[in-house]
Amino acid sequence: MGHIEPVTPRPELKMWEALNLALDRAMAEDDAVFILGEDVGLYGGSYRVTQGLYAKYGEWRVRDAPISENSFTGLGVGAALVGGRPVIEIMTVNFAYLALDAIINMAAKIRYMSGGQFRVPLVVRMPGGVARQLAAQHSQRIEHALLNVPGLRIVCPATPQDAYWQLRQAIHEDDPIIFMEHELLYFDSGPFDPGAAPPPLHSGRILRDGKDVTLVAWSRMSRLALTAAEELGEEGIEAEVIDLRSLRPLDLPLLLESLRRTHRVLVVEEDCLFGGAGAEIAATLGERGFYELETPVGRLAGADVPTPYNDRLEAESIPQVSTIKARIRDLLKA
Amino acid sequence: MNVMPGYVREEGMSEQSTSLLSVTDKKRLLREMLYARRFEERCYEAYVERKIGGFLHLYSGQEACAHGVLEAARPGFDYVITGYRDHIHAIKCGADPREVMAELYGKETGSSRGRGGSMHIFDVKHRFMGGYALVGGPFPLAAGIAKGIKMKGGEEISICFLGDAANNQGTFHESLNMAKIWNLPVLYVCENNLYGIGTRIDRSTAVLEQYKRAAAYDIPAGQADGQDVEAVYAAAVQAVEHVRSGNGPYFLELKTYRYRGHSMSDSNAYRSKDEEREWLKRDPIQILRNRLIDANALTLDEFKAMDREILDQIENDVVKFAEESPEPAVEDLEKYVLAENDPYVHGGRQ
Repeated sequence: MGHIEPVTPRPELKMWEALNLALDRAMAEDDAVFILGEDVGLYGGSYRVTQGLYAKYGEWRVRDAPISENSFTGLGVGAALVGGRPVIEIMTVNFAYLALDAIINMAAKIRYMSGGQFRVPLVVRMPGGVARQLAAQHSQRIEHALLNVPGLRIVCPATPQDAYWQLRQAIHEDDPIIFMEHELLYFDSGPFDPGAAPPPLHSGRILRDGKDVTLVAWSRMSRLALTAAEELGEEGIEAEVIDLRSLRPLDLPLLLESLRRTHRVLVVEEDCLFGGAGAEIAATLGERGFYELETPVGRLAGADVPTPYNDRLEAESIPQVSTIKARIRDLLKA
Repeated sequence: MNVMPGYVREEGMSEQSTSLLSVTDKKRLLREMLYARRFEERCYEAYVERKIGGFLHLYSGQEACAHGVLEAARPGFDYVITGYRDHIHAIKCGADPREVMAELYGKETGSSRGRGGSMHIFDVKHRFMGGYALVGGPFPLAAGIAKGIKMKGGEEISICFLGDAANNQGTFHESLNMAKIWNLPVLYVCENNLYGIGTRIDRSTAVLEQYKRAAAYDIPAGQADGQDVEAVYAAAVQAVEHVRSGNGPYFLELKTYRYRGHSMSDSNAYRSKDEEREWLKRDPIQILRNRLIDANALTLDEFKAMDREILDQIENDVVKFAEESPEPAVEDLEKYVLAENDPYVHGGRQ
């Protein structure tokens, strides 16, 4: 395996390459950083994110775990308690449900339960999202399950540059951080500058300015929202697009500022509608921005169904550029 | 199934010499175990008086386990983690009993500043890595601590105390497997008190001798009489030596019995009074006390004086401290949730 090297920086990188570079640099800088997960070592990672790191750093720092999600995540928590900085890879978010005891009952609560005596600097990376015909047990998002856990932070980069920045920053933080990646973004390319100064880990970003409506999205949906906004621009509708980049904490100042400009908001989310992040965002903007709103905050989200295998049903189950555009037109009529 | 104390003499049980400890050490251990007993019984009273809330799991009857094992280890240097029956493990690691009691009272001076309570004693100063309330939860954490030790190249070991019923969790199997394949310096101590809450081990568990289960992961294991602190110590010396020498994990089963219910809300209706009486005859404190008296190293009067002095200390120092300590400030409700080093972390609150 020694012939495969970690990625070197180029002006354009794929998402997986940016993540690989971030891990490589974090490991080179700090001996406490180590990787643990299924097939992260010799195999090189299911989405190539850990490629070349096993050969470079050895098996103690890039550890192939048995298929025991709850316990290898718990093992990461234990190592974090004694000064390690583990980066856990859950092969896909679907398996993260097996690790929720370690994540929610352990990682998220130890700092509080111990009265601040222990910190848990743990990053849990998890590829997820509705991918291509992987069906219900391999195609879902789980933001809703982790969103209301105090003690966790959740970030969700959508571009290679953000993936690089946010992973470097997350490894540097002293809290457990859920790092959500999207399976359909790994092989998308984007501009990359290793020397550029990153924004704060949990800040959102305006991808496109607009005066008529604010689209709020994250992860892959922010790419779709941007495409929808650009197409609507040709119809004379100017939609502002915000890539949240982080779900907990939320960059509420940015959302409220945009709301004061556009007075209309549509949340576009891939996770199911009921009880999702969009519900939290809509409720909070309603509470804090009520008098600025021309119309209730809209939510366009995944259908409340397990992800179907059939490709037409699958496409129907999540927002698409066409459905985003249609909802914006509706919202502007209201 | 025979659950009377006589059953503990199984094949595989350590038959070590019991003369490894000096008389001075034995007298100190006797005092520590008596202190533990009186501490727990005082917690019982405070709970009945509603000074302590929540769930309270007492260690009375099992004292020889924590004391015998940790006597063979290096408390405060080695990392120790356990379940929710955790007060005494913390104290033996070096935690101040006043802070432990204050924690049970929910006070700001408590070891976890009143945020954890009885089931979540933590003491970073003495490397007591916490009490956890999910059965089996500490298994992987202990392995992770051991991995952290091994990556840093330290001489410490990780010691995990849990009960027999925890061995039916998936984390037992997953963690022992990882501990073995990565040769981690972790000692798993199973305090087999025969009951998972109210379910006796033979009604829940296919393999009754818990040390045999470690063989599934090719982990060396031993078994000792958990009511005899000298037997526990002797077995633990071997176990600790094995782990500290870089030989990987070890599993030690201690056969013991808790006198109180699983927690304070337990009626004890699932076991017979005969059974409880039989186990009381093998009380760990009485065994050691009688042995010292028989060896003319202690008199009954000295023991009684020791007891009076302990009761006085617990009442007038430990409990007094807890009673007089302040509650946490309400405005500190959200303190300790996050590490507070990100500008956006607190941006969300109205």
